[in-house]
Amino acid sequence: MLEDVFRDEWGRVLASLVGYLGDFDEAEEAAQEAFAIAAQRWPVSGVPANPGAWLVTTARNRAIDRIRRQRTLAQKIHLLPVPEATVDEFDDTVIKDERLELIFTCCHPALPLDGQVALTLRALGGLETADIARAFLVSEETMKRRLSRAKVKIKATGIPFAVPDAHLLPDRLDAVLAVLYLIFNEGYSGRLDLGAEAIRLGQVLAALMPDEPEAHGLLALMMLHHARRRARFSGDDGADLVLLEDQDRSLWDHRQIAAGQAVLDRALALGGRGAYVVQAAIASLQTAERIDWSQVAELYRRLVDLTGSPVVELNRAVAIAQAGDPAAALAAVDRLDLDGYRYVHSTRGELLRRLGRHDEARAAYRRALELATSTPERRFLTRRLEEF
Amino acid sequence: MRYALMIYAEPGYADALPDAEREAVREGFAALAADSRCVVGTALLPAETATCVRVVGGRTLMTDGPFADTKEVLGGFALIEAANLDEALELAARVPPARLGGVVEVRPVAAN
Repeated sequence: MLEDVFRDEWGRVLASLVGYLGDFDEAEEAAQEAFAIAAQRWPVSGVPANPGAWLVTTARNRAIDRIRRQRTLAQKIHLLPVPEATVDEFDDTVIKDERLELIFTCCHPALPLDGQVALTLRALGGLETADIARAFLVSEETMKRRLSRAKVKIKATGIPFAVPDAHLLPDRLDAVLAVLYLIFNEGYSGRLDLGAEAIRLGQVLAALMPDEPEAHGLLALMMLHHARRRARFSGDDGADLVLLEDQDRSLWDHRQIAAGQAVLDRALALGGRGAYVVQAAIASLQTAERIDWSQVAELYRRLVDLTGSPVVELNRAVAIAQAGDPAAALAAVDRLDLDGYRYVHSTRGELLRRLGRHDEARAAYRRALELATSTPERRFLTRRLEEF
Repeated sequence: MRYALMIYAEPGYADALPDAEREAVREGFAALAADSRCVVGTALLPAETATCVRVVGGRTLMTDGPFADTKEVLGGFALIEAANLDEALELAARVPPARLGGVVEVRPVAAN
């Protein structure tokens, strides 16, 4: 219970402190101190009416105390500017929400991508460094260094704690969305639930940028995929890949699907036609009882126009096949220059099988098996080859 | 804050450009020099004019040519005063070689 309050408040409290103190490390230390005090006091005295304001005010006061102490110690060396002390009234203090500034700082393109990801999860998601390290399969020391390097660069290079100006915003928002989607996809490949973390962050972003269709588009996309996660794998060890058409729909989270579709509706109402909105629309169509594959293929065509990606073109081909034209699909696949990409070969195998060209199909599946990188994929392809 | 913009480009990158484009390059540099945020800035003579100096065991060794033997060479630099990194990066993006195959390295100076 208290833990939930802490997780919900962490990002907001930290953002407010970074804005106030202008220093990530100072802010983090002060926030930790305030949360520790709360953990002692709240179980006895009860949670205050406005826990966020209480935490921010307490953390600010602690930080000011510490800066004063340091200043006394370091008086001869240098004078630190000390912010004005705040009045000790928590309940009616309105703390400005500065999480959007924090998001744009953490996802600044001048930072290395792995640093952006780690910092976003730590600063906004409130995850512990040890947990982030485990999720990315690196040691805690490595993750600590990664976070520390990012914070040092923010400070040393003067990365602003600000929402970018309008003319910079589209590019910078793309960078933020890319970081969230990266976190989401990390969770999707089977590790601890980074998918749910990415959705939480996506919800924060969509709430802070209510008029940005792509923020809603990404959130909808993540929710619609996440809702199907329990149906994607089967077998004793949960490591067998299950294709969309074979998934047990009773395992889908239908409430999350409905919620995702509502978010998608919002994105469309805002006039969203960007890459995330289109992908969310595809994911939404794929949750229908009878999937309208020609509409899916049409949306993939739009996505090809937006991204120019041959991988998307491959998905379009699959949709064309599902809509009933495997020959046209095969022609589209054979136009692609993606020989090293395993899904090209598994897709070709499937299309050739449907067209009754079994020898060629087997050869394509064998090539896909050579290129497969994960156990579920290998098992899936081996099963396919045995079916001939 | 003060930032150094170190401008790297392939030697002669502007020679093959059409006249109008070459004029735009010249204007781009002039605009940077005239910007009130530009503390100092200059182009450098070609890398063939460079000499590298090392002092080893009290002896001064000189070698002909630039420090790093790369396709892009340091062709100029500027010291700018900007509110934050975003402003510095925007100025850097306006340096003509940045859009003509070169690169501008942005670094805060140590005395900030």
